[in-house]
Amino acid sequence: MSEVPRFWRESKHRYRLVGTRCENCGNLYFPPRDICPTCRRESINKMKEEELSGEGEVYSYTVVHDGLEQFKMQVPYIIAIIKTKEGPLITGQIVDCNPENVKIGSQVKSTLRKVRTEGKSGIIQYGYKFILK
Amino acid sequence: MSSIVSYGSYVPRYRIRAEEIARVWGEDPENIKGGLMIYSKSVPGPDEDVLTISAEAGKNAINRTDVSKKTIGAIFVGSESHPYAVKPTASILVEALGLPNDIHSADYEFACKAGTAAIQNVMGLVDSGMIENGMAIGADTSQGAPGDALEYSASAGGTAFIIGRKGIAEINKTYSFTTDTPDFWRREGEKYPSHGGRFTGEPAYFKHVLTGAKRMMEMQGTKPEDYDYAVFHQPNGKFPTRAAKMLGFKDEQVKDGLLTPYIGNTYSSSMIIGLSAILDKAEPGDRILAVAFGSGAGSDAFDITVNDSIKSYKRDRAPGVMEQINRPIWIDYANYVKYRGKIIMRGE
Amino acid sequence: MRDVYIIGVGSTRYGELWDMSLRELASEAGLKALMDAGIKAEEIDALYGANTSAGQFIDQEHIAALISDYSGISELGIPAVRIEAGAASGGAALNQAYLAVKSGQYDTVVVGGVEKMTDVPSEVANEIIGGSLDAEWETFFGVTEASIAAMIAKRHEYDERVKREHYAVFPVISHKHASMNPSSHFKNVIKLEDVINASPVAEPLTVYDTAPLSDGASAIVITADKKKIKESENPIKVKASTMANDFLSLHDRKKIDSFKAVNKSVKESLKQSGLNLSNIDGYEIHDSYSIGSLIQMEEIFGKEAIKMVENDEYYFNSSHPLNVSGGLKAHGNPLGAVGLYQAIEATIQLRGKAGERQIKGSKNMLIHNMGGLGTTSVTTILGVE
Repeated sequence: MSEVPRFWRESKHRYRLVGTRCENCGNLYFPPRDICPTCRRESINKMKEEELSGEGEVYSYTVVHDGLEQFKMQVPYIIAIIKTKEGPLITGQIVDCNPENVKIGSQVKSTLRKVRTEGKSGIIQYGYKFILK
Repeated sequence: MSSIVSYGSYVPRYRIRAEEIARVWGEDPENIKGGLMIYSKSVPGPDEDVLTISAEAGKNAINRTDVSKKTIGAIFVGSESHPYAVKPTASILVEALGLPNDIHSADYEFACKAGTAAIQNVMGLVDSGMIENGMAIGADTSQGAPGDALEYSASAGGTAFIIGRKGIAEINKTYSFTTDTPDFWRREGEKYPSHGGRFTGEPAYFKHVLTGAKRMMEMQGTKPEDYDYAVFHQPNGKFPTRAAKMLGFKDEQVKDGLLTPYIGNTYSSSMIIGLSAILDKAEPGDRILAVAFGSGAGSDAFDITVNDSIKSYKRDRAPGVMEQINRPIWIDYANYVKYRGKIIMRGE
Repeated sequence: MRDVYIIGVGSTRYGELWDMSLRELASEAGLKALMDAGIKAEEIDALYGANTSAGQFIDQEHIAALISDYSGISELGIPAVRIEAGAASGGAALNQAYLAVKSGQYDTVVVGGVEKMTDVPSEVANEIIGGSLDAEWETFFGVTEASIAAMIAKRHEYDERVKREHYAVFPVISHKHASMNPSSHFKNVIKLEDVINASPVAEPLTVYDTAPLSDGASAIVITADKKKIKESENPIKVKASTMANDFLSLHDRKKIDSFKAVNKSVKESLKQSGLNLSNIDGYEIHDSYSIGSLIQMEEIFGKEAIKMVENDEYYFNSSHPLNVSGGLKAHGNPLGAVGLYQAIEATIQLRGKAGERQIKGSKNMLIHNMGGLGTTSVTTILGVE
């Protein structure tokens, strides 16, 4: 399935953790939103892009054994919810470590990695993953 | 005259030992270690490639300086293992690093000196006043054919330089020497490179590296004693050690830039990651002779002087080269071939 | 407003039904329901079809039209629409049909749910089920639904000092009950140690913590037609039907180990029916994951939920019979159909026809169908008048 535009549209957000801040209430959102769930119509045209630092700590995690086909080479792989320094929770993989070394509270930072590839001839879809600090 | 404004490197964490590769191919590890002077090499993870490595190295270079990304007017990436044959790594980096869209960009190729070719071209754009600052990256995830000598050395890593008019080190001069010498090549569509065996030594590596170094010292009126550090292209540990001796350099001048014994040959990052390691400990006034070699063949030489600005340079904002070399995750040959895509999967 | 009753139910068995296609499953369940209701096709005012992901499992959309066609009622031009709300599609279809009949626009409606999940390999099924999460910000990165449940479990253990045994017990209960239900996918009895030591899916959850991929279809007939209700042997009243939703992704919730939407829809159903929990004789909840079961019960009973685990109160012959059908875990989990099977089990129990797994003297049953982990919540209360 060639999904070039669908991937391209989100690439800025997936490469650099660009979220949106509601200028009405000040809440920061990642993944980015066009409408603030707190302010709703008061937030129209008031959502401004803001880049997160990628720093955070593990809020919860699991080691996936029965995973998705695209990630076969990495099984078992770690999926985690990261509480970012700026506040929002982000879901992603933790890579380059032994699962035993991951705990709730472990400090992490984001890094750019290959996430999916569309076979041998499709595009490479890059995005954020996390590594232990 | 251009200067190095900032620099940064990235080495993947996975490592495989020479004896583990030797075990599988029935070779004597001591022969390999003694003959090539390579003890281990870096292995990119299954989710790493030249783009991700360049992004990390580039991020490290950007983090260490307060120069605004808006002033970066060019990005060139040199590699012999770009993720796409057509679709430049440099264009993806513009988005990945958040560089301005008003920017010159292209990918470079010249075997292991693609990164230094990129540096020279950024220098040209800076010196001509076309741009204020520019970024040049050399990165690779090169492959060695199974059972071939190159399997011990072909590794992964990347180094990024931001070049501008004022920085932490002046590039006093750069010189290049090019001939048609087919010592190492890969035909279009082939998975692994081929090489000329012993032909890669004297007519290739040594001729071009020695010429590059000698011509530079002639032009600059310098002798080996005038340099605090010398760093050469390092396909293994032996060649640069011998080249240094032949030119009259001492071990102390060369040892800080010699990284291949631990992380293998990072190809387009090979010489410049050594330069990065040297800059990690350089002091104001230090002078460096740096010569890269690219098969095919050519050499790029640089005469560099570190200045006082390095004292206030924010090196600690990114991990240095030795810090990254010293956090290995050891893997065996089975995981190595799995990560390197050398196993034929269904549908391939 | 009028009262709505269930007057007919019908279901296929649930399992890996290799020789049954989606349309065959749906027709079988639909026909059984009509026969049980004693009505003819001409008496149907509308068909609501529940299905979660036929487009990805078997390349088929426009499901309600397909079901209606292969059940033989297309000639009559009966309106047919598909309802989808993740794995809560069945319950949501029941809710929508109930509202349509209650409004007076329709008198008699057939609600059916069907899912055909075993035509694809399991890694592909994982990706398809991942369509109920956030495709761009969860599934894209390798997240599976089981990994979401696992992260909820880890955080619940961390924050609330809940132990592994407190939720690993729910599959044991479902299997025990399923062994008494002939239409179940699995009929084997299992022990707590089996759950904890089975192959890991997403740590700490094992294959026994997660409901299977099953094929199956279930249908019910509801009506407000007074004559049909009178003629029905055992009409079961729909005393309440409510829905509530939460953020799609776990990472957008204020607390990742609670299901706010469940709390809301259950409270509203109790209010709507004028009942309280002491009036409820049995529960069918969405036990897609063991930890999900615990949290649903905590949303209903608060801290008491764990005490009930410790006192074995969830068995069919105890004080709070839970998933006496065998639940999703053991009776089976064809996504679009399960919400309707919950209603069928409740109906069978309330009619007194549940055989060896009968909840004695049951008058009111509460069923809860969920999409995702706490994302869509549908609560229905059924009872004898």
